[in-house]
Amino acid sequence: MSKFRSNGKREMPELNTSSLPDLIFTVLFFFMCVTSMREIDPIVDVTTPVGTQLEKLENKSLVSYIYIGQPIDKYRTQFGSGTRIQLNDKFADVTAIHDYVAQKRESMHEYDIPFMKVSLKIDENTKMGIVTEVKQALRKAWALNIVYSGNPATK
Amino acid sequence: MGKSSRKVPGLNASSTADISFILLIFFLVTTSMDTDTGLPRRLPEWDPNALEEEVQIRERNIMTVYVNSNNEILCRKEIIDISQLKDLAKEFIANPEDKMNMPAKEEYEIPGFGTVYTTVKHVISLQTDVATQYAVYFKVQDELTKAYNELRAEWAQRQFHKRWEDCSADQKLYARGMYPSKISEAEPKEYGQNR
Repeated sequence: MSKFRSNGKREMPELNTSSLPDLIFTVLFFFMCVTSMREIDPIVDVTTPVGTQLEKLENKSLVSYIYIGQPIDKYRTQFGSGTRIQLNDKFADVTAIHDYVAQKRESMHEYDIPFMKVSLKIDENTKMGIVTEVKQALRKAWALNIVYSGNPATK
Repeated sequence: MGKSSRKVPGLNASSTADISFILLIFFLVTTSMDTDTGLPRRLPEWDPNALEEEVQIRERNIMTVYVNSNNEILCRKEIIDISQLKDLAKEFIANPEDKMNMPAKEEYEIPGFGTVYTTVKHVISLQTDVATQYAVYFKVQDELTKAYNELRAEWAQRQFHKRWEDCSADQKLYARGMYPSKISEAEPKEYGQNR
């Protein structure tokens, strides 16, 4: 008998999983922190144009969104395929932008109001006519910081 | 007294992992990490009284970029290709050869940096038709932004001998002061037609 040969059956030591919950909790907390519930479902089709000089939008709580595009298939029969504006969860008219901005402003902290931004998510096939109207409405509503939303070019 | 040493049975924690897994999966599904990116712009203030008066800008200081309803780009009344726009804009903004039809240079003080000699009064006027496609407009905005960004990076390279990414926040601010973004979006001529 060699002294290196072990005697009898060898058992695989059991893996200690007591730290597994801690590990998963850590990942869980990470996701809980970064998560932001999707607030609205888009009801217009928006494919934002591709750009190369885009900047990241910081501080999501300061950003309001305006979607412009054709209604999604579900609403085509009801609303046609003309370009529509979406505010919150509904189709809206240009005249509603003023109230929308006012309502968003209301829900913000006073010291955040000057930094309010409006992100324009506009479909690339939209005509400039409606975009200009929206911009004029935003000017009248005193929401001057806008962002033309775009897709980063993938290389 | 009965038995003095009674042991507290250990809590079976083997399902904690499962519970936290369920929570984890819930947050994984609901999370949306898409960061919004875009081109930030500032709209001019709305002043109903100022609508009538045209702002007088000397012709050499203004570069008109007009995108017509056929999505053709006219830069200073000539049809150009989108690929030419950036270089034209760069030449216009910087005016390196002091041409007479390009913006006049003036002494201008950048706070914290000092006095520079640059084209402070240039304006790029971006005009569109009601039927212009948004994608083309966006592309033009993108190219103009690129022109500014490249000029700033080149200037920073000459001044501080650093690449743009390595510049400090202050240095970037000086570069922005050297070439401030002056893209004006003209008042629309027609309203609400041809949606």
